[in-house]
Amino acid sequence: MSGRKPVGLFDRLVRLPPFLWLAAFFLLPFAITLKISLSEPATAIPPYLPVLDWRAGLDGWSAFLEALNFDNYQTLYADPLYRDAALGSLAYAGVASLILVALGTPLAYALARAPSRWQPLLVALVIVPFWTSFLIRIYAWIAILKPEGLLNLALRRVGLIDAPLTILNTDAAVIVGLVYAYLPFMVLPLYAVMNRLDPTLREVAADLGAAPSRVFWTVTVPLSLPGIAAGAGLCFIPMVGEFVIPDLLGGSETLMLGRVLWTEFFSNRDWPLASAVAVLILAIVIGPVVLFRDSLRAGEGEAP
Amino acid sequence: MTWVTRTALAAGLAFLYGPILVLIVYSFNASPLVTVWGGFSTRWYGALLSDAPLLAAAWVSLKVAILASLLATILGTLAALALERQGRFRGRALFTGLVFGPIVMPEVMIGLSLLLMFIGIGLDRGLVTIVIAHTTFCTGFVTVVVGARLRGLDRSLEEAAADLGAAPARVLMTVTLPLLAPALAAGALLAFTLSLDDLVISSFVSGPGSTTLPMRLYSQVRLGVNPEVNAASTLLVGLVSVTVLLASWLTARRGQS
Repeated sequence: MSGRKPVGLFDRLVRLPPFLWLAAFFLLPFAITLKISLSEPATAIPPYLPVLDWRAGLDGWSAFLEALNFDNYQTLYADPLYRDAALGSLAYAGVASLILVALGTPLAYALARAPSRWQPLLVALVIVPFWTSFLIRIYAWIAILKPEGLLNLALRRVGLIDAPLTILNTDAAVIVGLVYAYLPFMVLPLYAVMNRLDPTLREVAADLGAAPSRVFWTVTVPLSLPGIAAGAGLCFIPMVGEFVIPDLLGGSETLMLGRVLWTEFFSNRDWPLASAVAVLILAIVIGPVVLFRDSLRAGEGEAP
Repeated sequence: MTWVTRTALAAGLAFLYGPILVLIVYSFNASPLVTVWGGFSTRWYGALLSDAPLLAAAWVSLKVAILASLLATILGTLAALALERQGRFRGRALFTGLVFGPIVMPEVMIGLSLLLMFIGIGLDRGLVTIVIAHTTFCTGFVTVVVGARLRGLDRSLEEAAADLGAAPARVLMTVTLPLLAPALAAGALLAFTLSLDDLVISSFVSGPGSTTLPMRLYSQVRLGVNPEVNAASTLLVGLVSVTVLLASWLTARRGQS
């Protein structure tokens, strides 16, 4: 090796562009959001106070710091709307995560047990919907779930119901949408873990007389628990801030933080309050993000 | 495979593809009523061609997706090289968080915070701000794809080139990058489809005159199910599926090459 120094410099040059870009357009914006969440709304442009006056030097800074306040967070705490939205987000994302575990585990297992020459194709088939227009996939459910939609039509044909069920614009529709949209996100990390499991463990259990279902429950599932937890965690995080699904499939009383943030920002034009909602979402998801950041890298590595 | 796993697979795929198939089938419905089949027709596709705002939005989306996927591929590949080839460096934890954070962070947060910053620094909203925003959230996905390939790459080739006296930049350009080519293409294609598809982040950072295709579709979808949206969706789903299958095929070849 010809000296360490040029390599160190080269490494740093490789790291610098992505680091600078993401620090400028991912980290810094969050800092600004945090700052604006401590401001008062105003009818100006930008519509919040105080605005930091850089040119006033130290006086500008002290005036700026003195005017910061926690009113927006008090509003979040005191107004039942925001409390309900926070609890609603947790409830919808929590229930959907549990259903995703129940549906995703057998699907991932089936993928991992499929003949190996078929696996790349089957995995691709699971991935394709995930990359296929999120909005369109949610929109497709409207035609299925609405009162005169295909599901009601089918149920009536079969004779299971007499009057159409109201599904669209209810909690059930939101849960269906969340589960549908995030199923591939659940299955992929889980498949990655199950695919790496040593097959001899299963064979030993089977040789000792365990039925396939017993092998699944006593060998595969316990060994896959890290993958199950990671998959559920990775789905839970974006679901907490989901906007499109509650907006299109939920009713007017479907409260989720992402939708409340959208309304505060676009309809009420209360930027500081919207920022406070964003900080609240961050506070909820930061734990799972830190917890599951490694599985994100490893699990997603199996994605196309 | 037992019948249990077979059933699980069939049911899972039916659940994933059923709604998309319904959408595609009804885009060829002559009747404007979604649940009433009025015969086969391509009239809604014809209607798309004369929908000027929709075509303008599609053009904006295409421009944004090309630029953002190019930038994200460069940044994402550099990030993958840093994470897979540089071992422990100072600030690695922060670097990892910055690269992979945007993948899971709720979109409303990314969109809102970027917009607040653009306004703070006085950057006018438009094509440029959408490209910046899309590049930011696509970079991590490229890193995932390229990083997976880098991990599977035989390092002895790079080491041999270095031992023979090639400078690090030369090793990168003549050995590593050519070996990574399929993953670079796959990463770029995925960034392209992600950008093409984004609604939430674009809604925050776009300005007048820079409405993207998903934004346009969304404003129509809010008014209810509409066969023209079905036709536009079918075209978009077709385009994205072909792109993703191409990307999967490119990455699947890593085992053979």
